[in-house]
Amino acid sequence: MIDRDQVAHVAGLAKLQFTDDQLTAFTKQMEDIIAMADQLDEVDVGDTTPMYQVTNLSNVFREDKPEHWQTRTQLLQNVPEKEAGLIKVPSILDNGEGEA
Amino acid sequence: MSTNYFEEDITSLHDALVNQKTTAAQLTADTLDQIQTKDKQTKAFITVAADEAKKQAAAADTQGITADRQLAGIPIAIKDNIITDGILTTAASKILTGFIPVYDATVTSRLKEAGAVLVGKTNMDEFAMGSSTENSYYGPTHNAWDLDRVPGGSSGGSAAAVAAGEVVAALGSDTGGSIRQPAAFNGIFGIKPTYGRVSRWGLIAFGSSLDQIGVLSRRVKDSAIVLQQIAGQDENDDTSLPAPVPDYLAAMDGNIKGLRIAIPEEYLGEGVAQGVRDAIEKAVDTLKKLGATVDMVSLPHTKYAVPTYYLIASSEASSNLQRFDGIRYGFRAKDVKNLEDVYVRTRSEGFGDEVKRRIMLGTFSLSAGFYDAYFNKAAKVRHLIQDDFTKVFADYDLIVGPTTPTPAFKIGEKVNDPVTMYMNDILTIPANLAGIPAASVPAGLVDGMPVGLQLMAKPMAEATIFKVADAFEAATQFYTQVPTAMKGEK
Amino acid sequence: MNFKTTIGLEVHVELKTKTKMFSPSPVTYGEAPNTAANVIDFGFPGVLPRVNKNAYRLGIMVALALHAKVTNETHFDRKNYFYPDNPKAYQITQQERPLGTNGWVEIEVKGKKKKIGIHELHVEEDAGKNTHGASGYSYVDLNRQGTPLVEIVSEPDIASPDEAYAYLEQLRQIILFTGASDVKMEEGSMRVDTNISIAPIGSDTLGTKAELKNLNSFAHVRDGLAYEEKRQAQVLMAGGEIRQETRRFDEPTGTTILMRVKEGSDDYRYFPEPDIPPFHISQEWIDEIGSEIPEMPNKRRERYVNDYGLPEYDAGVLTATKEMSDFFDATVKAGAPAKQAANWLMGNVNAYLNEQQVDLSATKLTPDHLAGMIKLVSEGTISSKIAKKVFQEIITSDTDPRAWVEQKGLIQQSDPAVLTPIIDSILDNNGQSIEDFKNGKDRAVGFLVGQIMKQTHGKANPQVVNQILMAELKKR
Repeated sequence: MIDRDQVAHVAGLAKLQFTDDQLTAFTKQMEDIIAMADQLDEVDVGDTTPMYQVTNLSNVFREDKPEHWQTRTQLLQNVPEKEAGLIKVPSILDNGEGEA
Repeated sequence: MSTNYFEEDITSLHDALVNQKTTAAQLTADTLDQIQTKDKQTKAFITVAADEAKKQAAAADTQGITADRQLAGIPIAIKDNIITDGILTTAASKILTGFIPVYDATVTSRLKEAGAVLVGKTNMDEFAMGSSTENSYYGPTHNAWDLDRVPGGSSGGSAAAVAAGEVVAALGSDTGGSIRQPAAFNGIFGIKPTYGRVSRWGLIAFGSSLDQIGVLSRRVKDSAIVLQQIAGQDENDDTSLPAPVPDYLAAMDGNIKGLRIAIPEEYLGEGVAQGVRDAIEKAVDTLKKLGATVDMVSLPHTKYAVPTYYLIASSEASSNLQRFDGIRYGFRAKDVKNLEDVYVRTRSEGFGDEVKRRIMLGTFSLSAGFYDAYFNKAAKVRHLIQDDFTKVFADYDLIVGPTTPTPAFKIGEKVNDPVTMYMNDILTIPANLAGIPAASVPAGLVDGMPVGLQLMAKPMAEATIFKVADAFEAATQFYTQVPTAMKGEK
Repeated sequence: MNFKTTIGLEVHVELKTKTKMFSPSPVTYGEAPNTAANVIDFGFPGVLPRVNKNAYRLGIMVALALHAKVTNETHFDRKNYFYPDNPKAYQITQQERPLGTNGWVEIEVKGKKKKIGIHELHVEEDAGKNTHGASGYSYVDLNRQGTPLVEIVSEPDIASPDEAYAYLEQLRQIILFTGASDVKMEEGSMRVDTNISIAPIGSDTLGTKAELKNLNSFAHVRDGLAYEEKRQAQVLMAGGEIRQETRRFDEPTGTTILMRVKEGSDDYRYFPEPDIPPFHISQEWIDEIGSEIPEMPNKRRERYVNDYGLPEYDAGVLTATKEMSDFFDATVKAGAPAKQAANWLMGNVNAYLNEQQVDLSATKLTPDHLAGMIKLVSEGTISSKIAKKVFQEIITSDTDPRAWVEQKGLIQQSDPAVLTPIIDSILDNNGQSIEDFKNGKDRAVGFLVGQIMKQTHGKANPQVVNQILMAELKKR
């Protein structure tokens, strides 16, 4: 089961926000969906390995050869705000560096 | 000459082009006219790329249409989650408002190489999340057989455009039934190939391990012709399969004598409407008459397919859709003060409710403390579901059953009840989880609405599906029926 | 109260490839913003990653050089987080099954050797660059996005800032010798994050960790850790508590400054990357890569000491860079005695490089020419004085030393049949010096040698001159 606080927490991770009314409605729907998901509790999977892909492919590599595809103009064509060849975004308030 | 797609297929159009009874320019003009008229009812298109289509048609004419280029000059529609260089691509989401791609999907470039004319981008559920095409920022598409009903989804626009005779064939994508279910609802053929058969490069990702591009058309043969062109390994997709693509048309010899067909008992259970069951039984009789042997089998994990699918697809989607952050393309919320605002307001205003539900479910099932019980458990059950198929395919060439539990439902009927809506996909989801090819071929009408016979084959065995579907089509000739709502149209 | 310190280091090293980890965009440095990127690097809708084989190969090479076990069954995972320099909002990395595990490097601090364990290392993609500007905006350049990285995570075996420094030095040198990276802190091709905790001696639990960022040199790492060690001790001594926080090294003050306090752990929602099939890394490939790894510096030092009889000090200097060590080996291979080759490289060559501020590869010197010049000296063809002239020539132009000294007439005269008459005639003209010599004045010999050198324009072989002179003096 999932409660309202958990729904709010998950929304935070997903960068979504809901009004109080929306949160109430979403929590109800999430409860139903997770109840459906909880049907899997019945399944005894034993030592079955998880299957993340179905192709049976492995070791697909590309050679280290440079290719030039798009120009900067093309890449920046859809950018909502830009300046001097850079993508412009409002700053975060905290001064944390990005993750590497 | 004015082209009536209810009486044509790619082969007849190709013959007319080669014999210079018409031109690509004329065919494209006719197609654009039909779209203009019929789309008022179906609302199948988000974007009609009239200018680009006319240019491509002119180029095809200039180049000359030869007998070996079956798709040259043939107008085709593309689902709006497939990237088209220079043509608005939105995946039916507000968040991709104004997005003009700067590269082509592999399927787009392969169709262009073949000289096909890309007439426009079809409507869909936002990011392919849905089974009714009601979850589109651009409004719902309507079923060509009954305008009050949904065309299915998520490739509802592609299905409605083909069913209404706006185009002869269209590309769709299928993550949990998004080609087969609308094909069934619209009385046309639709095929989801083996996972990896068609490159996903340029398909806006929903559930990456499930998504596959396929084709919808009135005639089985037309899908075979289009798939022949778009299938095959692509260096831009590391999950695309290296196996050569067989000659699909050569496989369609009408002879299915001795073919071993299985019907899973789980596909004819209580949740399947009586009318649908009757139609499928009749279809199975037809297959027997054509010489196939038919046995009942069991796919015991079928009932877990829906939760398994929703956990896996939503988890992958929650990650895939994080790139829509308002920074590099598409919609950005107005009057944002800081970075958090850009993210939260853009995404909250840019995504529709169904997309948000799935992002939430996926984020939850991957989050700390829940991964093992949800995402990873689903990945294990997925393995069991695949094993079910492997066992049956040891003894059978094809698995058949209904494509959907019911015919098309009314617009608005299920939109507020996500779980009921999800259960509607129970018969199509297993093929995606197992990665096998599957198609829907029209199996008649139930209360005036079409239903589909689903055909599922071993990995890479699309040819088996085409062969059986073609023989079934020849025996039933459903394609001669014009959708009720289109009868007044030409 | 006394404390013991526990330090962990996470080192990111850019792998030296032509293209990015998951896209064929060229890897560049210092290009105009957003010109070395494509739709994959920009995270456009519909794009898919394509794995660079060479990047994975170099990752394996680094793992082997660090004595790690290469994982045979592996895959990539997605690490999900939002940031403007992270265009997909997930980083493709290896979380569940990293490329290598259980490695180690040996360090030496104050004469004591110690093995530092490497918990794991994995390959992943770098982020772009987000620059904070004025007026509440930041600016994103995605040229760096997707550059292949190997992340090396140490065990918490490091017990002091000096050990951390020594570990980084070793790590840098080993990776440099593999050729897998330039490992330049100043260009960001090596980046260090560290965490440090202290606990009372005797305590069997670790203290709360503080993370340290913005460390632009090994010295900053050492100084930042040393400051942090003291700060934490002061906090604990004053009865305070260490919070789990991220701090930044402040260069001007040599202190660390709080960036943010961590509340709980980040939830990155890792899961296997569905767009990339898994890998079965074969032992054959691992062996093949292993055979391509150049000899590591510690092995070279051992060889220099044991096989060539060089002092430990020389062995250390010669293995400071792979370039120098390779040059030394090639010079010895070209026939130069090891000690003389070492002396020239450590002396005149290093002096020249320092003076000119250039790398060895930027000079015209070749191992063959250096060995040739050393041979000219040892066979007596030129004097060591002339050798200095020859050295200036061969380090600045591509000149064969033997041909050059012949052409310039710098060959030393060692033939007694030529030198004896010259010496005799000088003795004939310097009777006083003979007298002085007989009276035990050694200075007279120096004067006579000077006269002989003057007469022969400095080309006479001093040893031969000495022998003949002494013999002739005794005759008189």
